[in-house]
Amino acid sequence: MHNEQPSSALEDQIADNLRRAFQERASEKVPDRFLDLLRQLRTQDETHHDS
Amino acid sequence: MTADPAVSQDPRDELVTHLGPMRAFALSLTRNGAEADDLVQESLVKAWKNIESFQSGTNMQAWLFTILRNTFYSIRRKRSREVADPDGIVAGQMSVKPAHDGRLQLAEFLDAFAQLPVEQREALALVGASGFSYEEAANMCGVAVGTIKSRANRGRARLVELLHPGETGYADMTDRVTAAIVNAGAQGRLSA
Repeated sequence: MHNEQPSSALEDQIADNLRRAFQERASEKVPDRFLDLLRQLRTQDETHHDS
Repeated sequence: MTADPAVSQDPRDELVTHLGPMRAFALSLTRNGAEADDLVQESLVKAWKNIESFQSGTNMQAWLFTILRNTFYSIRRKRSREVADPDGIVAGQMSVKPAHDGRLQLAEFLDAFAQLPVEQREALALVGASGFSYEEAANMCGVAVGTIKSRANRGRARLVELLHPGETGYADMTDRVTAAIVNAGAQGRLSA
């Protein structure tokens, strides 16, 4: 099992890049379309409850 | 004094805090920014409408990621009836413009990541990037823990192959230039 495993330094580097790539996207400013969508969904719900 | 706002609130108020990770997970599945955001939008609407199925006190990100991946695969199934090979065409679109060494390295990484099969991208995005346990990831994907483990391991091994060709034998070799020199030297010995 051990001889097929990539070396740990490379694995660490890959794990690092993976987290970094993910973090970079995850911490980007969320486009307004999603905040608008959430507001819209909330408004729809409230209108339904009122009627 | 230390009331957890997430418990007392309407769970829908918490959705907004998961948008960033949802976009990142969507991108690792679609490899295309515009498609990823469409996927997030559709998943968000589903989550909102099915909020009763979210059990408060459980991991909302896991719940949202499950909705997102299910949405992704159902769109993909629909599309695969129209397009012969929905996978493999857009590989490489994920990469970001390199600005300096760090970014270049990251862009290279994303190019390699985009070449992996979707199951491996998914496993690595959940386990490697988002920090879910193998058990959680297996639950979210509806497969055995061993399946997630082997997908993640195969994905990692492939990334090493793509990013560090011929380097796997040199445990402490992180510098590509050094590795290239060593490889060039090793070639003479190998062919002898």
